[in-house]
Amino acid sequence: MGDGSLAHMTPSEIRQDVEDGTATAAQRAKLPLLATDELDHLFDIFASPARFSSVDIGDEVVLTYDGTGVPQQGGRVDALYQTEQLFGADSCELYHADYSYRAVKTVVPYEQQQMKEAQQRVTIPVHYGAQPDLGRYSRPDGPVGNWSELLPAMRIDEARAAQEEAVEMAVADMVYVAEGMWEAGADGIDFDTCGAAGDADFLAALKAVETLRARHPDLGIEVGMAGEVVLGTHGQLEYKGVRLAGLKPEGQVQVAQKAGATVYGPAVNVNTGKSTAWNMARALTFVKPCMAVAEIPVHMNVGMGVGGVPMASYTPLDAVARCSRACVDVLRLDGL
Amino acid sequence: MTRRMRLKEAKQYVAGKLGCTTRDLSDPVAMEQIRLEKGLGTLPFTSSVHPDDAGMIEAKFNIAELLDIPINCVERFKKHARL
Repeated sequence: MGDGSLAHMTPSEIRQDVEDGTATAAQRAKLPLLATDELDHLFDIFASPARFSSVDIGDEVVLTYDGTGVPQQGGRVDALYQTEQLFGADSCELYHADYSYRAVKTVVPYEQQQMKEAQQRVTIPVHYGAQPDLGRYSRPDGPVGNWSELLPAMRIDEARAAQEEAVEMAVADMVYVAEGMWEAGADGIDFDTCGAAGDADFLAALKAVETLRARHPDLGIEVGMAGEVVLGTHGQLEYKGVRLAGLKPEGQVQVAQKAGATVYGPAVNVNTGKSTAWNMARALTFVKPCMAVAEIPVHMNVGMGVGGVPMASYTPLDAVARCSRACVDVLRLDGL
Repeated sequence: MTRRMRLKEAKQYVAGKLGCTTRDLSDPVAMEQIRLEKGLGTLPFTSSVHPDDAGMIEAKFNIAELLDIPINCVERFKKHARL
């Protein structure tokens, strides 16, 4: 299930859930349904009693990560080295426990030192990642007005002004941190959960990407999203003439690649009350249209609570395996 | 990633540079041999079987040259080591 619990389902129940999942996404977001052969394949994946499922030989994709390494692995650089050597990862990501560009800004020299050391010990690409985390700029944590309080009070103009002010601060911080990591040898920067605080949050990331791309043509930049629809917390913000509020993966990838991103990571949130099969069908319906317009690699976010994977602290292996395989087989995407 | 290559194109590019097929990229035994021959680093690097093979930053020098791609840390290493 979407909460990680094990459920017994009959073949007809699984089939029904797969069809309901795609129908829900199609109706809600005005998207095309998954094709019959895609639904059949999803059914085969989720009706299998096997504990583990995987792609065919030759269909392997590239894996990128947000935040690799846990305290149990020792130091942060040790963890990256283990991620490469013991997990066979294609890439890894150095990160700070306070996963926010605003927080990292204050400790950049220490992060730079870790990145420099990591680059000399690790063979795979080492990225640096954090979140735009626009809400961190609002009171009481930050200097601008708190739009979460202003909006319910119907102080709309003030709420919008506060978000616009926060955007400029966030862009400055993201560019500062990214350039610091680039100086330390980073292979790429990951802006994770873009849009988590709504369209202003997404705009901040896009503007940071644009600035960095202009200054550093060889910098890898991943734009990882927070959800399948960008919330219109501001409602009127645009990027190069495209309104950001309401953008789904098809529109998200277009603005991301226009800004200069080199990897786009769609995220579709999980409904914990529905089965994994339902959630996967829904997620694929949201993401499939973006594959036709993507000019950059698409690495779908498939993890705890997104991309069909259950929202659980220790996600069941069979759920992760099935969802990963479904994403690759149906979407033909470039990575996870 | 920096060249925005889609997966199929990237696999063909890498296979071409390595002198193997895209199918070989899925073969861990073939890839271990290729990586050893070309000094690209292997798993597990700390194995006593290959104590004096290129790895870590050394491997990245070879990867950059073989794949003809700029690797940021390699360029900075050269600069700092005055190579």
